[in-house]
This record gives sequence, structure tokens and C-alpha cells, in this order.
Amino acid sequence: MEQPSPARLAACLVLSLDFTARRGDFTLEIAAELPARGITGVFGRSGAGKSTLIDSIAGVARPLRGRIALDDAVFVDIARRHWTPIEARRVGYVFQDAKLFPHLRVISNLRYGLRRAREAASGADWERVIEVMDLAALLQRWPNSLSGGERQRVAIARALLARPRLMLMDEPLASLDAPRKAEILHYLERLRDEYPLPVIYVSHSVDELVRVADHLLVLAGGRVLACGPFLELVADARLQPQLGRFEAGSVVECTVEAHDEALELSTLVFTGGRLRVPRLAVAIGTRLRARLRARDVALATRDPPDLSITNRVHGRIVELVARDGPYVDVVVDAAGTRLHALVTRESCARLALAPGRAVVALIKAVALDSRTVGYQRRAREDVEG
Amino acid sequence: MTPIDWSEVLVLSLEVASLATAASLLPAVLVAWLLARCRFPGRTFLDALVHAPLVLPPVVVGYFLLLLFGAHGLIGRWLLESFGIRLAFTEAGAALAGAVMGFPLLVRSVRLGLDAVDRGLETAARSLGASPLDAFVTITLPLMLPGILAGLVLSFAACLGEFGATITFAANIPGETRTLTLAIYTALQTPGGEAVAARLVAVSLGLAVTALALAEWSNRRLRAWLHASC
Repeated sequence: MEQPSPARLAACLVLSLDFTARRGDFTLEIAAELPARGITGVFGRSGAGKSTLIDSIAGVARPLRGRIALDDAVFVDIARRHWTPIEARRVGYVFQDAKLFPHLRVISNLRYGLRRAREAASGADWERVIEVMDLAALLQRWPNSLSGGERQRVAIARALLARPRLMLMDEPLASLDAPRKAEILHYLERLRDEYPLPVIYVSHSVDELVRVADHLLVLAGGRVLACGPFLELVADARLQPQLGRFEAGSVVECTVEAHDEALELSTLVFTGGRLRVPRLAVAIGTRLRARLRARDVALATRDPPDLSITNRVHGRIVELVARDGPYVDVVVDAAGTRLHALVTRESCARLALAPGRAVVALIKAVALDSRTVGYQRRAREDVEG
Repeated sequence: MTPIDWSEVLVLSLEVASLATAASLLPAVLVAWLLARCRFPGRTFLDALVHAPLVLPPVVVGYFLLLLFGAHGLIGRWLLESFGIRLAFTEAGAALAGAVMGFPLLVRSVRLGLDAVDRGLETAARSLGASPLDAFVTITLPLMLPGILAGLVLSFAACLGEFGATITFAANIPGETRTLTLAIYTALQTPGGEAVAARLVAVSLGLAVTALALAEWSNRRLRAWLHASC
């Protein structure tokens, strides 16, 4: 898999990882440079080494060899016998199950890190964090009386208030149900837009990462499989088996162009075409990501009349990739935007689909909902550098 | 034979048990923490040493105490020569005997309390900037208080009931080392002492009931505080 070129990363701060860590029989070998800004998704199946990676960065696990550094702050350098303990790393850690202190009220949980933060450290201030994370009503509550989603909000705020240089999130949504997940994702988007804090976000769900990630590190069997800009990697056909067949698809960056109140639809534009989706509660001009799952995209060789599907994107076939079972992943280029369509081999043969052939990609509007459309951005420069 | 004054016996017993329990609390927390969290050479030996009083006959423990802390013992001589402190056949010696006998019970309870605390909470505290000691004092210690409290009650009760090690190491000196159990034994050995013995037994029962009630009450308060509005 292609690694991002050093030139691309040189411009921004870097979390450099080059180490070997062992947990039981499992060995994690990492050599990667992550941009120390924006949200970097760490994706992998269970047992891929995600937790070992994040624990090594946090200082919970000690690598066997190698070096971990955030810019000029060296966390560990085994060869030079250097070790910075957890508390001196200034790394915020948000756990799967929040880990709020049960004997302290929410307000004392929040103050725990704030009181221990270095005076000089700049960062999130109390009032703003309470506002961004909507915690004003929870301050006097006890952790045991909070819902799962509320707990994670408190945990994120608590980590923020300790003025970290880097935030680690270990599957922060794993223990939540779907509505709570959506709620926390909304707060994560706010966090990302509000604070210039680099975040390492571990997840085994592509859906979560689509909402928030700028960069992606794919782990498999304790090795780095790929590392680079999120949109590039998620469109990379070679990674599709890792991301899962039914997770597969493309992610399209678009802008909200118009809302149709009567029909309750919104129009999104992207290079290559337009999408009509169920009305989104965002302002016109908002940039967002739409995830087009390969299984929601059908193909036609010419614009079909009398069809209910309104989203029709014209393009040309780039390649056909055989998938397990009767499926073929057809990659279509629409003015620079890559779309994936999962069709059967039978259909492929019937329509004589081949590279170079002009096709129309048909996407049902109902396939695009709040689960697949998200990720608001304030400014363009946040995107890949 | 001096008559046995029950109030003097009661006060002395409470003094001895309180002193023993108070003095063993800090070492017990330290040992429980060492045994639960640290891997070091000699850990098994420490574990066996701490728990020895549970399985050894109390008289044997008293014998070893004499060997170590007697006026001619290894530590006893040093204490006597350096600080003029005498333990054998004194009230402090009775407290020492009680403390040693109650120590395993205290350590076990404290350790159970410690094991019940999620270590992830300590990691969380440290990621928020707390040193290991800071995290232990502000997070782990408060959360293990129920275990500590249970251990204190157990070891206090064990001290009050301690007989074999005390009589061997501290003897049965009225007003000095004659605690409740020794006094009951003495009364029963004295012709016509049954009435005195019965009175002392009543005191002993009253003490046990009070201690249990107190422990139950404070445990409830503590749990209510730890798991507020749960």
C-alpha cells in the first residue's frame, strides 16, 4: 500500500511511531508518521492491534523497542532509555466505557484534570467546553446517574480540560446504542471544529470514521496496511476487503446547494454531479461527506426513462474488481469522483460492462440518510493538507 | 488476688484493640497494595508471612514474638537499648500481639477492596496529570474504603478476642495486659468468680453487638456516598 510521501507530511506536526510492542502472544509492529492535526482514524478488526497501539502512545503499555514522539516531545525511546510517564505526556485518553470517577460528581470529575493541568498550557477553557459539550445541566449529577452518551460527553470534556497535546479515543462509541452514537458523533464533530487538537480515533466501524476522520491508518495482524488521507484510502479498491464488502463504497465530499421544503429534499453538489437526499438540517453552503455504499448503487448503460431513481451520475467505468460470491465491484469515474457499484457477474455480462464504457450510476435517495451523510466542516483548509 | 474491676478491663481492652488496629492500618494498606499490584522477589514469602498467624497456633505466634521482641530478642533488645522501649509484658506488647493476629484479616479485606477498584480509573487519573501516588490517594483509596472499613472491624474484633499470643507474649498483668478474654479466663480460674465472669461475658457481648452495629451503619453511609443516587 502506498504511504503518504514525506513531503506531504513535512508541513504539519507529526506523531511519529516506530516501535514494536507485545501483548501476550500478539506482536504489534508500527512504522508510521501521522499528521498531528485533525482526526486520524485507526481502523482494524478486533485483534489487529488497535488497543495496543493506543496504549503505547498513552504510556499504558511499554514497547519492546523503538520510539514514539509527538513533534519534539519524545514519549519513549527505548534505545536511549527514555520514558515519559503517562501523566507527563499530556495525552487525553477517552476510554470505551468513559471511566468516570464514581465517587466524584460530574463537576469534580471535570475539575480533576483541570486542576492538574500546567498553568502555562493553553487550551480549552471551562466555560466553552461546558457549552460545546452541553454539560451545564449535568454538573451536580453523579456519574452513576448518567446515560451512556452523557458519560462519554463528560469523559471527552474531562480529557479536554486537562489541556492535552493529543487526544486518544479508544472506540468511544462501542458501548452505546445507535441514537447515542449519533449524539456523540455530533459532539465529536463540534470538538473537531472547535479545537485544533490532534485526535487519534480508534474504531472498527467505517461509518463512524466517515463522519469524523481526516486521515486513516489501517491495521491488520499487528502491521500497518495503509496510512494516508481518509478519502483516498477509503476509495482504494485494494483496501475494500479490509473495510468489508457491505461497508464498501465511496465517500463523496459535497456542498449543500439547496433545500426543497415542500418535497422535503436537499440538493448536494459534488464534482461529477448532484445528489437529492432527504432534507438535511444544515445550512446551505455547508460542506459534508456523503457515503455512497456500493450496494446502494446500480448501473445502466444509458439514462433509463420511467424510473423512480432521481440520482443519476454519468461516468465511465475504470475497472472491474471481482468480489467473493457472485459480486463484481465496478469502479466508475464521474469527473474525478470515484463511485463504487456492487453488481452481480450476471448483470456485468448482460450489460457488457468493461473499462472505458460510459455508464449511468443510479443511487436511490432513500439510501442517503443521516447515517451516511454527515461531517460538517467549517472551512476548506481543514481538509487534507 | 485482686478483684477484677470490669470497667478497668473494658477500658484496657478498648485501648489495646484501638492501638493495635490503628497501628496496623497503614502497613496493611501498603502490604495489600504490594501483594495486589507488584511482582517482586520474595512476594510469596511476604504473602505467607502475613497470613501465618491465621494458620499457626496463637501461642506459637506469641512464642515467636518473645523471640523477636523480648528483652533479649533481636528487635526487642535494640528497642530497649536505643529507645528504652519495652514491649514484652506491657500494654503496648498486648497491642502488638493483637495487631499481629489481626493483621492477616485486615490485609485480606483491604486487598479485596483494592481488587474491586477498576484499574482503568487509575489510568484515567494519570492521563489527566496525576502522579501514581496522587491517583492512588484521590481515586483508589476512597473507592476501597468499604474494604478498609470491613478490615478494621474484623481486626478490631480479632484483637478483642485475642488470647493465646497475648498471654504468651504480654502475660496476664492486671491493669496492664489483662484484657477481656484474659480477665474472663482468670475469673473462671478463681473460686467463686463465676459471677464476675458472667458480667465480663455480658460486657464482651455488648461490645461485639455495638461494634457490628457501628460497622453496619458506617458501611451503609460509605456505600451511599460512593454510589450516590445509584
